[in-house]
Amino acid sequence: MEIRLTLNGKKLAADVAADELLIDFLRAHGCLSVKRGCESSNCGLCTVLMDEKPVLSCSVLAARANGKSVYTLEGLQAEAEDFVGFIADQGAEQCGFCNPGFVMNTIALLRENPDPTDDEIRAFLAGNLCRCSGYEGQLRGIRAYLDSRKEARNG
Amino acid sequence: MLSIKNYVRAQSLDEAYALCQKKSSAVLGGMLWLKMQRGGVDTAIDLSDLGLDKIEETESEYRLGAMVTLRELEKHPGLDALTQGAMAESVRHIVGVQFRNLATVGGSVFGRFGFSDVLTMLLSLEARVALHGAGIMSLEDFAASGIRRDILTHVIIPKTPRKCVYLSQRNISTDFPVLTCALSRSDEGVLCAVGARPGRAVCLRGDVAKLADGLVFGSNTRASADYRREICRVLIRRGLERLEG
Ligand SMILES: Cc1cc2nc3c(=O)[nH]c(=O)nc-3n(C[C@H](O)[C@H](O)[C@H](O)COP(=O)(O)OP(=O)(O)OC[C@H]3O[C@@H](n4cnc5c(N)ncnc54)[C@H](O)[C@@H]3O)c2cc1C
Ligand code: FES
Ligand code: FES
Repeated sequence: MEIRLTLNGKKLAADVAADELLIDFLRAHGCLSVKRGCESSNCGLCTVLMDEKPVLSCSVLAARANGKSVYTLEGLQAEAEDFVGFIADQGAEQCGFCNPGFVMNTIALLRENPDPTDDEIRAFLAGNLCRCSGYEGQLRGIRAYLDSRKEARNG
Repeated sequence: MLSIKNYVRAQSLDEAYALCQKKSSAVLGGMLWLKMQRGGVDTAIDLSDLGLDKIEETESEYRLGAMVTLRELEKHPGLDALTQGAMAESVRHIVGVQFRNLATVGGSVFGRFGFSDVLTMLLSLEARVALHGAGIMSLEDFAASGIRRDILTHVIIPKTPRKCVYLSQRNISTDFPVLTCALSRSDEGVLCAVGARPGRAVCLRGDVAKLADGLVFGSNTRASADYRREICRVLIRRGLERLEG
């Protein structure tokens, strides 16, 4: 069946199978930042934004993206660049495999809640599993970014 | 992995209902649970075009469309006020935000999963369900029924003033619960729903602490029956204290 969607800001029409998953569709269309981890809706590695909301692309049929706008990290590089350096500075990335999903969900968090508390950050990112880092470095990185943004704003 | 031969966006509830009478078809909610099933589906029935993605409010009730997501339940100011935050508490441990943006009220309730936080919470609010074929019935009756080939269209929550508390126990955050417990107190008295025993949630009314001792608990990989019984006592005691407070 044919679907029409907007992928990273560009209109696209494509044929998909009835059971094709969004993750496979996106990877086949060059979005290799979208990673397959558990494929059982548990790890958050495959997070993309669909109509602005973060969702697990391993658990959505490509057919359901019809008429929607989908963003992957490939389309949000500039927004991600703002804070990924702060996360790297904390040594919060080791193998880095979880990073694209984590960055996508952090973008969703900061769009919804630009000034989250540590508990709000933890709650929003609870569905992003990382097998290497222990999460504290990621939290410190986001906190450092938010603090620096506040400082810049206050002059 | 689930294989699907045909994907149909139903254009009416009658169409969806007719399609779902076939054994080889499946109604799609968020598809998170369905996806874990092995085997094949001939026709996957998508309800996305039927306007079931809204939370409607009348003078006496909230009507949750089947395609409303768990994240929408969590963020809804009216449900938050009605339950004093208990609704959000009941879903906030379920995997993650991205998951809750997909998982639906319809799939969560129709599945009648033993471990369900959602079912436990909704039972404590004396919710009703609207089914396209079987009509409207109490969630309690639906949960105990074996109804299969139907379309759940809405879950209806009465705006009865209540004090609400939701408590669950997990071995680790975002895992399935080993016990769920929702208490509410209205003019009619205290109602307590206990789930993840690991059997389906059931309702207790009256002297709920005493009645809970008579519940049947079971063991699985997450917890033993004895552990669940002890946890149930503790959660009910804490819940009753918070209802008093
Ligand atoms: C990894 C994982 C962890 C989970 N952890 C928890 C947890 O901790 N607590 C908790 O409460 N829940 C948990 N769940 C369950 C989850 O919250 C949802 O309840 C579940 O995924 C079903 O919702 P869904 O929208 O995905 O439904 P689906 O998977 O799409 O559907 C479930 C069933 O309901 C049928 N169905 C769906 N919608 C309708 C409808 N409108 N009418 C009739 N039939 C319908 C489907 O055909 C299917 O049989 C978990 C699920 C997974 C996969
Ligand atoms: S690959 Fe999608 S949640 Fe793990
Ligand atoms: S850095 Fe390796 S999984 Fe997160």
